[in-house]
Amino acid sequence: MKSLAELEAIRQKTLSRINLRKEDESEAVRVVVGMATCGIAAGARPVMLGFMDEISKRGLNHVTVSQTGCIGMCRLEPMVDVYLPGQEKVTYVHVTPEKVSRIVAEHIVNGRPVEEYTIGATEDK
Amino acid sequence: MDIYRAHVLCCGGTGCTSSGSSQIIERFEEKIKEAGLEKEVKVIRTGCFGLCEAGPVVIVYPEGTFYSRIKVEDVDEIVTEHLLKGRKVQHLVYSDHATHEQNANKGLADINFYKHQHRLALRNCGVIDPENIDEYLAFDGYKALEKALTTMTREEVIDEILKSGLRGRGGGGFPTGLKWKFTYNSQADQKYVACNADEGDPGAFMDRSILEGDPHAVIEAMAIAGYAIGASEGYVYVRAEYPIAVKRLQIAIDQAKEYGLLGENIFGTGFNFNMFIRLGAGAFVCGEETALMRSIEGKRGEPTPRPPFPAVKGLFAKPTMLNNVETYANVPQIILNGADWFASMGTEKSKGTKVFALGGKINNTGLVEVEMGTPLRSIIYDIGGGIPNGKKFKAVQTGGPSGGCLPVELLDTPVDYDNLIAAGSMMGSGGMIVMDEDNCMVDIARFFLDFTVDESCGKCAPCRIGTRRMLEILERIVEGKGEEGDIEKLENLANTIKATALCGLGQTAPNPVLSTLKFFRHEYEAHIRDKKCPAHHCQKLLQYVITDKCRGCTACARICPAGAISGNVKEMHHIDTAKCLKCGACIEKCRFGAIIKV
Repeated sequence: MKSLAELEAIRQKTLSRINLRKEDESEAVRVVVGMATCGIAAGARPVMLGFMDEISKRGLNHVTVSQTGCIGMCRLEPMVDVYLPGQEKVTYVHVTPEKVSRIVAEHIVNGRPVEEYTIGATEDK
Repeated sequence: MDIYRAHVLCCGGTGCTSSGSSQIIERFEEKIKEAGLEKEVKVIRTGCFGLCEAGPVVIVYPEGTFYSRIKVEDVDEIVTEHLLKGRKVQHLVYSDHATHEQNANKGLADINFYKHQHRLALRNCGVIDPENIDEYLAFDGYKALEKALTTMTREEVIDEILKSGLRGRGGGGFPTGLKWKFTYNSQADQKYVACNADEGDPGAFMDRSILEGDPHAVIEAMAIAGYAIGASEGYVYVRAEYPIAVKRLQIAIDQAKEYGLLGENIFGTGFNFNMFIRLGAGAFVCGEETALMRSIEGKRGEPTPRPPFPAVKGLFAKPTMLNNVETYANVPQIILNGADWFASMGTEKSKGTKVFALGGKINNTGLVEVEMGTPLRSIIYDIGGGIPNGKKFKAVQTGGPSGGCLPVELLDTPVDYDNLIAAGSMMGSGGMIVMDEDNCMVDIARFFLDFTVDESCGKCAPCRIGTRRMLEILERIVEGKGEEGDIEKLENLANTIKATALCGLGQTAPNPVLSTLKFFRHEYEAHIRDKKCPAHHCQKLLQYVITDKCRGCTACARICPAGAISGNVKEMHHIDTAKCLKCGACIEKCRFGAIIKV
């Protein structure tokens, strides 16, 4: 028999798993990984798995990870867009699994984009 | 627990299962594994999405892409394109019948079929995995039971249901709270809660979809009801013809027991509640409450006179509270969100929403849930997508064999219990069959009466003999042997049966005849006096003739199985009506539209 607290724990745990099926997305954070041939060849899959891993470790229920096609800047792949509610999208380029935990911690959790990884930092130089 | 970046939801309702969704799910799992995506993508078998016409249905989240009419062969493309590369497979995406608009970049809520709906009883159908209690829990499952047991008195629970204005969704429309209160007031050492899932109306499948898609909602509601009225046992009487519903309900009951949500001392409050399934053998009359309870007891399913009402003397001669599946499905939400929230939806006397099974001559066959008071027109045209093949709407049949047919003039009737009865039909359990200009209303009445005659249990004479006599008259009329005075005889019989039959089945059996007589009397008269069927439906009353559009291509003569068509090449052909079987093969074959029914 489960206690009320145990039931609530199951609720929260399952919610993080099925959150992406909820229709209301106003609060949702979206991480979109470029996964066309170019992205995959440049190593997008480990990056995406890294995001999923980090997000589930931190129990970030409101974050969904999805993929998209090629946006034409194949030389900058793996590229990742992060959408925070009420903010402009931030595009990260040349993302590696090592960079993932910093993006999650600083940007998704604390709301401060990691400037040095963004497309602006790379392209302006 | 692992999280996945994408969920593939595949409908496991009866409709989609019979068009192959199980094989589709298997193929998805296989291909996803092949592509090495098994840690990223999860496949979930859900309950019915409602848009059965477009089945088998597959939805991919987080995008919410709605794929329709998926075949096993399509799975490979969805996996390699959508799941692996993130590109939606445009040609498989659902497109709206009326607008031909694809929802490629829109969510489910933007599709016309769903846009006008208000899904309350069906809120979890197609969203959760019905065989996984954790998913139900995550969508606020069993929170209402927790609230009722730990913070509300029994009287408060009953009061909340009373105030909500919830009425029985099985057809009668009796105030649910009153039923609870009457059973609560009865004194006995043992009381029972029962659920009527013996959904027998032709074309109705609301209850099946709820049990298949969200079985825990019914379990939770029955436990709440048990607490409120003081019952420790609940019975679900469900048709054996619903194997998927039975299986999922049993899985759900077992899971609830394992979590201590059923059984002894629930939440440590000292409340005990156990649930059992009883299978019905497919007798329509067992959906009648007294017959249903006799059947649960193991006796012959025949109605008994009321009073005594079940609230006083029901199952095993103890006070019993019987509600329909859809009624129960509303209960947890009412307890959780309050009576005022529920009462804010619907019309003055009919609160909340109602699920309808749309069928017949309509584009979007399926299951819809709308707020009470939604006009018939909106259900049929906005949600149902209108009549196929450019045909004209003639009537809509509501309430199954106990209901009636409403004509085009009543299309703007807001649907609620009282309006439908005033219009000469009834809400019934929620079957809604749409008919177009090709349907003969006399034959429709005959069809429903044929059903009732077949299903009459035979206990009382008005139903056993009376409906049989009515059917004989109707059969004569559609065969062109109707006589003057038949209509009056039908009316006389109908009124007598209504007044004297023992149970609801018999009392309402004449309704299809009475309502078609009320709105389509001219069709009866045409059959009887002119020996013509205005809809060109009744075979005995029509002839096939070839008009001068005929080019003499001989196609019809070659297809005719009776050899009834003769004529020379490039000359107009002729049908020998004595030989003609009226099979219609020639009409389908003719490319010039030269053959007509008169």
